[in-house]
Amino acid sequence: MSDNNRLLVSAHKLDQDMVRGNAFMLLKTQFQKTVGLYLCLVLLLFLICASIVYGYTDTSWKVALEAFTDFNGSKEHLILQSVRLPRSLIAACIGASLAISGVLMQTLTKNPLASPEIFGINAGAGLAVVISVTIFSAGSTQAYTWVSFLGAAIAAIGVYIVGSFGREGLTPLKLTLAGSVVAVLFSSITQGFLVISETTLDQVLFWLAGSVQGRKLDTLTAVLPYLAVGWVISLLLASKLNLLSMGDDVAKGLGLKVGFIKLTAASCVILLAGGAVAIAGPVGFIGIVIPHITRAIIGIDHRWIIPYSAMLGGILLLAADILARYVIMPQEVPVGVMTAIIGTPFFIHIARKGFNAN
Amino acid sequence: MLLDKKTAAIFTGLLFLLIFTFLLSAGTGQLYISPLDVAKAILGFGSKLHTTVITSFRLPRIMVAMMVGMALAVAGGILQGIIRNPLASPDIIGLTSGASFAVVSFLALFSTENNALTVSISWLPIAAFAGAAITAFLVYFLAWKNGVSPVRLVLIGIGISALMQAGTTTMMILGPIYRASQANIWITGSVNGSKWTDASIVTPLVLVLMGIAFMLVRHLNVQELGEDIARGVGSKVQKQRLLLLLIATALTGSAVAFAGGIGFVGLMAPHIARRLVGSAFGALLPVAALIGAVLVIIADLAGRTLFDPLEIPAGVFTASIGAPYFIYLLYKTRNS
Amino acid sequence: MDSAIKTEALTLSYGEHNIIDELDLAIPKGEITVFIGSNGCGKSTLLRSIARLLKPKSGSVLLNGEAIAKLPTKEVARKMSILPQSPAAPEGLTVMQLVKQGRYPYQSWLKQWSEEDEQKVEAALAATGLVELKDRPVDTLSGGQRQRAWIAMTLAQDTEFLLLDEPTTYLDMTHQIEILDLLFDLNEKENRTIIMVLHDLNLACRYAHHIVALKNKKVCAQGKPESIVNRSLVKEVFQMACEVTVDPLFGTPLCIPHGKGRYIVKESL
Repeated sequence: MSDNNRLLVSAHKLDQDMVRGNAFMLLKTQFQKTVGLYLCLVLLLFLICASIVYGYTDTSWKVALEAFTDFNGSKEHLILQSVRLPRSLIAACIGASLAISGVLMQTLTKNPLASPEIFGINAGAGLAVVISVTIFSAGSTQAYTWVSFLGAAIAAIGVYIVGSFGREGLTPLKLTLAGSVVAVLFSSITQGFLVISETTLDQVLFWLAGSVQGRKLDTLTAVLPYLAVGWVISLLLASKLNLLSMGDDVAKGLGLKVGFIKLTAASCVILLAGGAVAIAGPVGFIGIVIPHITRAIIGIDHRWIIPYSAMLGGILLLAADILARYVIMPQEVPVGVMTAIIGTPFFIHIARKGFNAN
Repeated sequence: MLLDKKTAAIFTGLLFLLIFTFLLSAGTGQLYISPLDVAKAILGFGSKLHTTVITSFRLPRIMVAMMVGMALAVAGGILQGIIRNPLASPDIIGLTSGASFAVVSFLALFSTENNALTVSISWLPIAAFAGAAITAFLVYFLAWKNGVSPVRLVLIGIGISALMQAGTTTMMILGPIYRASQANIWITGSVNGSKWTDASIVTPLVLVLMGIAFMLVRHLNVQELGEDIARGVGSKVQKQRLLLLLIATALTGSAVAFAGGIGFVGLMAPHIARRLVGSAFGALLPVAALIGAVLVIIADLAGRTLFDPLEIPAGVFTASIGAPYFIYLLYKTRNS
Repeated sequence: MDSAIKTEALTLSYGEHNIIDELDLAIPKGEITVFIGSNGCGKSTLLRSIARLLKPKSGSVLLNGEAIAKLPTKEVARKMSILPQSPAAPEGLTVMQLVKQGRYPYQSWLKQWSEEDEQKVEAALAATGLVELKDRPVDTLSGGQRQRAWIAMTLAQDTEFLLLDEPTTYLDMTHQIEILDLLFDLNEKENRTIIMVLHDLNLACRYAHHIVALKNKKVCAQGKPESIVNRSLVKEVFQMACEVTVDPLFGTPLCIPHGKGRYIVKESL
């Protein structure tokens, strides 16, 4: 137990170093934060439209508008409606969901390095998809949706159970360890399947890189209710997460149902990150990086962190997806690759600047 | 260094387990040879057939597997000590992904249309080592600002690691699928095809590096207590951190160069060791090294025998063997 | 004796190992009660269990005659507040934000922030002398100020019972007295029941109306400090030889340990 505590204290210390590092906070007053949130919303909407307009089939803003107001059945209009629109909305929703689930994971594990992946979400989804392709020859992106959602949920529930062994229930250290061990286990089995079967590799390689391309609007509308529930519950949880970040004992003393809140937050992670992976495959990086960027901008209050990180997550993924079309045209770079390329310099800048304030 | 009885017992037990798995692995394959005959063959008293099979085919890869397991486990233990975070491992600060990127680029750039390589494959380990070293340098350089703090190191590591993975994915998708699957095997980690030349390079390298690591152990104990305490007891924190980081990089680099990105060992072997013998690194690092070696040897054995004639990379099995055991340890210590 | 917190056959454990065994205890209402005992005797565990932070292995804690485990946790939080040992605020959290969290048990979907909440927060800041510092981040305060900020949070909770786990750890002597004076005033003026764990036996004797000495999973003595604290009790509870005399200022028991030290022989004139 003392060993556990030692690591736990270390992890917690690291957490505090982190927050202190980021305490230079860009927006300070309530007014600034509100205005900032609206600006983010405007930017998000702009990028949603830009994502519809720009791409291999180049159109103008005017044609794009006509495609929705005055549809004429042309190929151009058809692409805008059935390809670009879903892609754009999916990127916005997925980015927001991944960012929120990252915030929840980092609060639950009290570890700034945690991301939905630590919950085994991506590994579970990946394994489920690879099994379905190898054994049941599932073929379409549509078929992957529910398979991967299921895989993600099973993995996350498994992690939650293993992390809750013992009387003190779910502790940050146990969750972190259980999660990383289950994630490694699943992804190595996935690797095993891929090594045995080259056809499977060929088929799922692009899925495994994560992408918002080629998904139909139906896929989004099917999963959207789960995401929406996740968004609403996360917003409602925000003030309770503030209590949770003061430590379990203080939170319990103030009458917070700590176990229930943790379970709810974990369920949200399953809905959000599970839903995201179901639609787009494992898109990494957003879940771990956006929470840090958000805290650097508006500080430690979850009532601001959650809406802000949702906006910023959507913005990053949309921007990455638009750029991904241009880098090696006519081919496309997987969007997960682009998020890393855009996000990393920003992230490194914050990591360095944050510690300057000390 | 004080070793209590329990630690000594666990260490001895693991050592015997290592010897046993070593002999078992050397004896198992298309031709089964009993452990006794294996021992005879190794010591030079075996039959000619046994000696040939064992010394020229099986021993080199087992040696490589053992060294790689030790190297990764010790590197992981060191990094967890420096960074003071249970999620620290050679993967998280980008060492493995840097090496993977180098290897995949190597395969993609030097391939011709008909899948032949334009340069000798023996350059591959060197590319991997260079990838790990350059990444480590980059991370350290970007994290430097009046010294390197553990948090900054790990955050920048995550960033760089994500970039490297992005690069790897791009290379795999752009390149031909044949190369992609070859690269995939490499990324998963395998000691298949190791020869005596490999073993004779990796063995002394890892042993020397581990020797240095064990000598630096007391600095690691102090580092884990945090910057202030470390400085308070007179530790030259920055210098030692750099030195330890160099050792961890060199260990990871040598492992990755010869066996690819074998996962799990660097992350979990130190945790398993921690649960067996506690936190003092004097006991933890050697025990972690033994666990790492046993894991990779068994994983390799499983990989070449379970699905015979298919050869599964050892990296697939390290987690499959280690993870259930770790979950059992979590479960067992649930009340303490 | 009037009592609102009781334990009945309370057994506490970590794993297989029992810490407190079949304990029946009644805490006097409107007084300051202090748990004393050697390190690891279970006094913090007992306090945590009374505050429902730790589930008992068997037995129960009663609050006004009702089992605390069966009451809604928010209702308990409106009657009893707990300050755990060395709590850690997320860095960057201001004093005001911290104290406001104390009103959590009074909020619900229907009832958001009210005038009353505002008043209680102001009052808590005033009582702890933190009005000037309310916009400072907690982590930039000194140790004593930080502890006062946490106490302000528990005061904002506006509870009849106040539980504190070693509220003076890591504080210098000035700040220890400052914190204990503050708690003494709260008890005196507002008649709050205070239960705390203290390490310093002499300070415990000075401030407590009632002392509970724990030893070997049991209560080995309880009562007014002046009637129970003596050489044999200290010997039994702390395994330490000492003299017990009378505090020249307060008249409460004063314990002077034997042992080594410089010894100055008073020269008779």
